[in-house]
Amino acid sequence: MDHISPVLWQFLQKWLTHFALFPPEASKIAPQMDALYFFMVLVSLVGLTLVVLLIVGFSILYSKTRHPHAVQIEGSTILEATWTIIPLGLFLIMFVWGALLYFRIYTPPANAMNIYVVGKQWMWKVEHPGGQHEINALHVPTGRPVQLTIISQDVFHSFSIPAFRVKREAIPGRYTTVWFEATTPGTYHLFCTQYCGTNHSQMIGDVVVMNPDDFRKWLDSSTSGDSLAQDGERLFASLSCNACHNTRPDARGPSLANVYNSRLTLSTGETITADEAYLRQAILNPSQHITQGYAPIMPTYQGQVSEEGVIALVEYIKNLDSDYRVQQTLNTTDLVPESAGGKPVAGAKAPAAEKEVKP
Amino acid sequence: MSAATIVSLPDQSTARIPKMNFLTKENGLLSWLLTGDHKRIATLYLISISFFFFVGGSLAGLIRLELLTPQTSLMAADTYNKVFTMHGVIMVFLFLVPSVPATIGNFVIPMMVGARDLALPKINLLSWYLYIIAGFMVIYTMAAGGVDTGWTFTSPLSTHYLNTHVISTGLAIFVAGFSSIFTGLNFIVTIHKMRAPGMTWFRLPLFVWSNYAASILMVLGTPVLAITLVLVVLERTVHIGVFDPAYGGDPILFQHLFWFYSHPAVYIMILPGMGVISEVVSTFSRKRVFGYTAVAFSSVAIAVFGFFVWAHHMFIMGISNYAALVFSLLTMLVAVPSAIKIFNWAFTLYKGSITFETPMLYAFGFMGLFTIGGMTGVFLGATGTDIHLTETYFIVAHFHFVMVGGMLMAFLSGIHFWWPKWTGRMYPEKISQLAAIVTFIGFNFTFFPQFILGTLGMPRRYAAYPPEFQALNVFSTAGATILGVGYLLPILYLTWSLRYGAVAGNNPWQATGLEWQTQSPPLTENFPEIPIVDHEAYDYEWLERQQEKEVASVG
Repeated sequence: MDHISPVLWQFLQKWLTHFALFPPEASKIAPQMDALYFFMVLVSLVGLTLVVLLIVGFSILYSKTRHPHAVQIEGSTILEATWTIIPLGLFLIMFVWGALLYFRIYTPPANAMNIYVVGKQWMWKVEHPGGQHEINALHVPTGRPVQLTIISQDVFHSFSIPAFRVKREAIPGRYTTVWFEATTPGTYHLFCTQYCGTNHSQMIGDVVVMNPDDFRKWLDSSTSGDSLAQDGERLFASLSCNACHNTRPDARGPSLANVYNSRLTLSTGETITADEAYLRQAILNPSQHITQGYAPIMPTYQGQVSEEGVIALVEYIKNLDSDYRVQQTLNTTDLVPESAGGKPVAGAKAPAAEKEVKP
Repeated sequence: MSAATIVSLPDQSTARIPKMNFLTKENGLLSWLLTGDHKRIATLYLISISFFFFVGGSLAGLIRLELLTPQTSLMAADTYNKVFTMHGVIMVFLFLVPSVPATIGNFVIPMMVGARDLALPKINLLSWYLYIIAGFMVIYTMAAGGVDTGWTFTSPLSTHYLNTHVISTGLAIFVAGFSSIFTGLNFIVTIHKMRAPGMTWFRLPLFVWSNYAASILMVLGTPVLAITLVLVVLERTVHIGVFDPAYGGDPILFQHLFWFYSHPAVYIMILPGMGVISEVVSTFSRKRVFGYTAVAFSSVAIAVFGFFVWAHHMFIMGISNYAALVFSLLTMLVAVPSAIKIFNWAFTLYKGSITFETPMLYAFGFMGLFTIGGMTGVFLGATGTDIHLTETYFIVAHFHFVMVGGMLMAFLSGIHFWWPKWTGRMYPEKISQLAAIVTFIGFNFTFFPQFILGTLGMPRRYAAYPPEFQALNVFSTAGATILGVGYLLPILYLTWSLRYGAVAGNNPWQATGLEWQTQSPPLTENFPEIPIVDHEAYDYEWLERQQEKEVASVG
């Protein structure tokens, strides 16, 4: 290889050893999506070959030298129907197949473990229910469905894990969800795929897939002491939510025990399911979400609680399974004052949130 | 490649460019700046969009250079963001949207329908001035420091979080939008009202049909974009809460409004290009377009369905799963007319008498690349695969196959095809065939690797990327260099041909369109007298009889 410049040689060598062509399949859905992907590649190749064969074949057969006089043909209904119906049929197959995958990816199973993700310029903050906090990293176990509840605290971001073939937009002001079940331990790319400003390309991280045992060890070694629900409980008390939501007979607000996933009738007569998105809206924009039978007296908490704080509150409310738990909150003495400035600052989180785990 | 050609040029020793034509009728800068002649306005457009193509292309070169290495080595991330934003804004709004309609369409549509001009010549001139004002505003934006919203202006990023020149760019696109609304309006009125006697709807060349469909999209779609951008500007300046959740707005609403225009916009861009391909494929295979009515109606079908697929840009954005289902189905339906067109063009070749001049080579390039671009669109239209592929380089590759591989190929095909009519002179054939092939090869090298990058998950709009993506990016940048040569060549030899090209005569391609039955370059009035049309479009037998008659009467 003397005649190749050393720079070029090094470069070629780097290519040959460090050259990706297809992403790893590390989730249960990945092989299913790849099956459709390769079906589409196959159909495209057949279609392209057909078009190229027609063009090249006709160009050779009917070039002016070989075929000096054109024969005028109006068209052919049968032929045209053929190339309308066959592509339509193939496209419809892809539509149905794609829709099945889509519903699977965006419909989390009931037993999924929920992890919260907050996007902000330019980092991903991940909150495990056990109180583990991560930045630009996500640790998940194999063999267990994991649901991500995603929100952005500023602009659009998009949470993408190519090795799992899943992606979901992080939207300011509303929760989105996606789920996956990791299959192969390893470290995979995590990208922000929605352009979000200057350091968009730095908003990347690692998804670490671990065996259930390793994951449990990781959870134990990374916990900040308090679970997300405990953080939420503290916030619940410090924001004086329990002044009204206190389960007493004369309470001004409805009891929150078992409210999660229940059907609520609003003062507008509308019935809705109290999911995470509803709970979040009810905290930040209460006047739009009055439960039937209660006066619209709840003040908005917009700007007073950070997205992480809301997540902690939501997680707390989700875990409230009896009036007794609410009453216990009333007795919580270890209160952390919410910052007075009204701006969502670090203090809005429970103190444990500051002990974030770096990957 | 066979040596046979259909080019029939007049005897070069005696042939002259007609003394009286639209180029020589009046002289002086003012006669151009105040002209109402559609051919002169088309010429003004051609010069201005070529300039902006050059600017946008140079920015693309910078993007590819930066992506040669995984780190941000050539420029900082925010500079890179400005470069790709300006590339997108210029290429979409100042090149692709006006490219075929405002230049080639402006030039040939009145002649094709047998009219002396467009219905509203002053509006036509106004439309060019609006385009130029928009162009200056974009240049001003670049000089003042640029804008880094991406061409999609996603709110709340554009309305709240960036301090670059969003307002001047937004207003520039607002103004450019009116330029395109006026062009569309003019075409619709002209095609309805100014057809020559005997020129029925089904005798119109397919180029007119496809531009008519595109005009409807322009007139109905562009106002929505204009309103959206005004709202973005208002939200930035006076903080009305429409899109930004911090002011009580809904960012998803922005996505709906933006894509309600911007998806039909891709059909605004591609439909006129499809019209060019119909003309070229028919002329160089000496045959009526296979299934004329199917091709004509497929243009209209694309225009109609094109309005009901916008939410396929939002499958991962938390729209309802059932909405995604409906929009995915409609997207599959809109893919069908494009497939029909491809096969109809391919079968136009069947039993033809084919020659391989430059416009035909570009048209073949279009058919191959558009097939790939269209099929990969189905990957993205299917909801499941869209989740993995959207917002990655797969998207970038897909729309460059459609817009550059499709539309730009069609534009170059059309420019070469009508160049003799426009200037009265032929371009040099051999070197232009070479340019067409170089463009095709360079294009594939540039954009094909990006499909693989996208499948790997490389996100778009990244100034830096993980090192294992470098090999494919190097391929892509190398291809862009070849592509650059492919685009520079026509600029050089077409300029050369203005003075040294062979005199073309009225109808060098033996084409049937009415524009070919008049002198080249045409008179300002297009025709000495308004033609009476007694034959179908692409009636090559009529043309032969016509020529026999002429020989007989001269002899």
